[in-house]
Amino acid sequence: MDDRNEQRPPGQVGRETAVVSGMEAEQELAAVSGIQEDRRDWMNELHVRFKARKRLITAAVITTQVVLLLLFVSLWEAAGRNKWIDPLLFSYPSKMFNQLWKTMADGSLWPHIVITVSETVVGFVLGTLLGTAIAAALWWFPFLSRVFDPYLVVLNSMPKVALGPIFIVGLGPGFMSIVAITLSVTVIITTLNIYNRFREIDSGYIKVVRLFGASRSQLFRFVILPGSFPVIISTLKVNVGLAWIGVIVGEFLVANLGLGYLIIYGFQVFNFTLVLSSLVVIAAVATVMYQLVAALERRLTAGWRER
Amino acid sequence: MKQQPVLELQQLSHVYVNEKGASLAIEKIELAVSRGEFISLVGPSGCGKTTVLSLLAGLFPPTKGQVLLNGEQVTAPSPKVGYMLQQDYLFPWRTIRDNAAVGLEISGGKNARALEAVDALLEEVGLPGAGSRYPHELSGGMRQRVALARTLATEPEVLLLDEPFSALDLHIKLQLEDLVHQMLKRLGKTAVLVTHDLAEAAAMSDRVIVLGRNPGRIRRELEISEGIRRATPMAARKHPGFQELFEQLWAELDAEDDEGGGSDG
Repeated sequence: MDDRNEQRPPGQVGRETAVVSGMEAEQELAAVSGIQEDRRDWMNELHVRFKARKRLITAAVITTQVVLLLLFVSLWEAAGRNKWIDPLLFSYPSKMFNQLWKTMADGSLWPHIVITVSETVVGFVLGTLLGTAIAAALWWFPFLSRVFDPYLVVLNSMPKVALGPIFIVGLGPGFMSIVAITLSVTVIITTLNIYNRFREIDSGYIKVVRLFGASRSQLFRFVILPGSFPVIISTLKVNVGLAWIGVIVGEFLVANLGLGYLIIYGFQVFNFTLVLSSLVVIAAVATVMYQLVAALERRLTAGWRER
Repeated sequence: MKQQPVLELQQLSHVYVNEKGASLAIEKIELAVSRGEFISLVGPSGCGKTTVLSLLAGLFPPTKGQVLLNGEQVTAPSPKVGYMLQQDYLFPWRTIRDNAAVGLEISGGKNARALEAVDALLEEVGLPGAGSRYPHELSGGMRQRVALARTLATEPEVLLLDEPFSALDLHIKLQLEDLVHQMLKRLGKTAVLVTHDLAEAAAMSDRVIVLGRNPGRIRRELEISEGIRRATPMAARKHPGFQELFEQLWAELDAEDDEGGGSDG
C-alpha cells in the first residue's frame, strides 16, 4: 500500500505531503544554491538518459518489425518468380498487388469489402450487446442463471457454425443469415465472460452502495456495469476475431458477394492469387477494427485503472 | 445525559444458516447508545462484532429481537446510518468528488449545493482540491479519508465504524483516529466502533463493550473516565490512567480466552 506514496506526482495534496513539503522548504533554505543546481542537473541528466534508452529500444523494435516484413515479402516474391514454390498455389506479392490494384481501380472489389465489413460490424456489435444483455438478465434473476447454466455450457462447447444451414433456410441466403451465424459464434461466449465478471465484482463495492440503500438497478448501474467495462472491452476485442470467423464461414456457405465469397470463388476456379489477396484485405480491415476498439477502450477507461 | 437512546438493541440474537448447519453468532445482546456517544465493541474473533454492526446497519434482519433507531425498528439500510468499512472501496472509475458523492447520488440528493458540501467535507478531511483526481493517485491513508467524507456526505445520525483504521500504518492510523474523533464530536454524531485494537478502543470511546464468544454476548461494559474521554485519541494514550484502563481490557479478553475459547467451538 505504501508504494503508492512513491508514485504520487509532485505537488500532491494532503497532510502527509504537507509535512514532506515543509521539510523540503527547510532544506531549500539551508542548502547552498550551487549544490541545489548540481543536483538538479545530475537528475535531469539521468532522466534524459533514461528516455533516450527507451526511445532506442522502441526504434530497434520497429526497425526489426519492418525488416522482418520486407524480408518475408521479398523472399516470397523471389520464391514465387523463381518457381521455388508453386506460384499457382502460393502466388506471389506483386501478382497479388496487381490483382488488388486492378479490382480496386475498376471498382469491382469495393462491394465485396463493404458487404463483408458491414456484416462483421453488425455481427460483433450486436453480439456484444446481446451477450451483455443476457448476462445482465442472468445476474438480475439468479434463478434463471442456475436454470440455464448447463445449457449455456453445452451451447458454448458446441461448434455453432454447424447451425449455419438452419439459419440459411430459415432466414434466407444473404445478409440476415450471415449475421445470425456470426451472432451464434459470439453471443454465448460473450454472455459467459461478462456474466462471470458480474459475479466476481468485489463484494465490498456492493456493500458500499447497499449501505446507502441502493436498489438493485442502482447497484447494477453504479457498480456492476462500470466495474465490468474492462472485461466487456476485452470481450469486444475477442469478438472482432470471432465475428470474422462467423462472417467468412457464412459467406463460404451461401453468399454471392463478399470477401469470403471471393475466397471460395478463387478456390473453385483455382485462382489462389484471388484467395490470398482477399486474405490480405481481411487482415487489413480486421486490424483497423481492432484499433478502433482499442481507441474506444482508452476513451471508456480514461483516468482510472484497476488497483 | 440520559435521554432517549438513539440506538437500542433489544434481546438481539442472530443465527447463520448454511448447508453445514446453523450457528448461533450472537445471543440476547441488550444495549443502548445515547446521542453523541462513542462506543466501541471489542472481543476475540468470532464474537459477532461484525454481525452486530451489520444488524445495526439493517443489512439483514436479526433472527430474534430488534434494533431501534430513534425508537423505530431498523429493517433496511438507510441514509440515517453511515458505515465505514475496513477498506476504502473507492470506485476506481469515479473521481474523488464523485466517490464522495455516491451516497447522495443514490439517495437522489445530488445537487449543486450538496456537491459544494462534499467539497467542503473533502477539505475538512484534509484533501482540499483533490476532487478531480482518481483513487489510484492517492495513498491508503488519503483514500480512507475520502471514505470518511463519503460516509459523512449523506449526513447520517449514527456512524458505524468497522475497523476502519486496521489496514493503515500506525502513524497514519493515529492521525485518522484524531480526525474522526474530532469531526464526530464537533458534528455531535453517535458512533459505534468495532476494532481489534484495545488501545484504539480505549482512546477513542466513551464506553467500551467487551464481547465474549460462543455465542457472542456482552461480557462487560467499561465506562471511560472523563479525563481520557475528553482528550484526543493521540493525547489519551499519554494520559496517566490510560495504561491501567488498557490492562483492564486486556485482562478481560484474557479471561475470555481461558474460559470460553474452544470449549464448545
